[in-house]
Amino acid sequence: MGRNEMLAPGVPKYGRSKMMKMRKANQYAKKGGEKKKVEEKKVTYGKYVEADPVKVPLPSTKRSSRPTKLKKTIKPGSVLIVLSGRFMGKRVVFLKQLPSGLLLVTGPYKLNGCPIRRINQAYVIATSTTVDISGVNTDKIDDAYFARVKEAKEGEEGFFDNQEKINPEWLEKRKADQKAIDEPLLAAVSKVSLLAEYLQAPFTLSKGQAPHMMKF
Amino acid sequence: MVFNKFVEVGRVVLINYGPEKGKLATVINIVDGNRVLVDGPYTETGVRRQVINLKRVTLTDITLNVGLQSTEKKLKAAFKAEDVASKFAESALAKKLALQKKRASMTDFDRFKVMLAKKEKAKAIKKKLAQLK
Repeated sequence: MGRNEMLAPGVPKYGRSKMMKMRKANQYAKKGGEKKKVEEKKVTYGKYVEADPVKVPLPSTKRSSRPTKLKKTIKPGSVLIVLSGRFMGKRVVFLKQLPSGLLLVTGPYKLNGCPIRRINQAYVIATSTTVDISGVNTDKIDDAYFARVKEAKEGEEGFFDNQEKINPEWLEKRKADQKAIDEPLLAAVSKVSLLAEYLQAPFTLSKGQAPHMMKF
Repeated sequence: MVFNKFVEVGRVVLINYGPEKGKLATVINIVDGNRVLVDGPYTETGVRRQVINLKRVTLTDITLNVGLQSTEKKLKAAFKAEDVASKFAESALAKKLALQKKRASMTDFDRFKVMLAKKEKAKAIKKKLAQLK
């Protein structure tokens, strides 16, 4: 119907006077004046448009992989309680999150025997205690650092050899890196009273303690 | 068994349960054997005038000298005159509640420090005991 529409049969939306006003042709001049001119819109051509447009593929909806979202309670320098694995019960210091999503932690080694290690945040309780890690440089360490060192030796001999040997170079490198990271950490830990003892002691539950009721 | 604290007009109570938990209020009228009409006064404790069951309430040892169904103004004056807020804070009950709260908010590090302190205390006691024997 154009500008108008029927609300019900025989009942238009806009009445006569309203329709008159809407019709531009009816912009009558006042008595004695000139009829107003409705200016035609000038058609402007913008960009040059292709006659046969080339098909552009839609943006991909696949998500690029990114590391697991870090729990809000875990901050750089947080003391974490390890819940499973070889270092179960140990209180370790969180350094950074690696690109794989795993957390980089260290004991420090001198205090509780836990070396620079990767750990999944699902197996960890974050405490509200933090250690100052501003002096610690973890730039060299990433996921590739923890790749298994394989000395490919063929045959049965090689199989047994690989099981028992630890590459001495690899071990020395690890020790050096451990020391480099732990030294500033230990200095920071010694500044807070009882923090070293705290990191040395394992976490235990005693009678009556319920983790869901405890504040960490 | 002798009762020392009575439910009476003017008795200050501590609300233990419900949305007003942890707040003080004064009894201004008694509804029946189980319920009382209570008022903060609102400007002092945040408890509005309401009927509350005595099961939800502990009686404190503070009473105010107010009449039946006192107005907010009179209640406020009496509350301030008795200095209820500080009197209650000094009471054993308030101290006990504060300690419970503190214990519940301990972090893992705090718990560790407490454990060490307990061990030292036990050590000192045992040492003294051995000396006395």
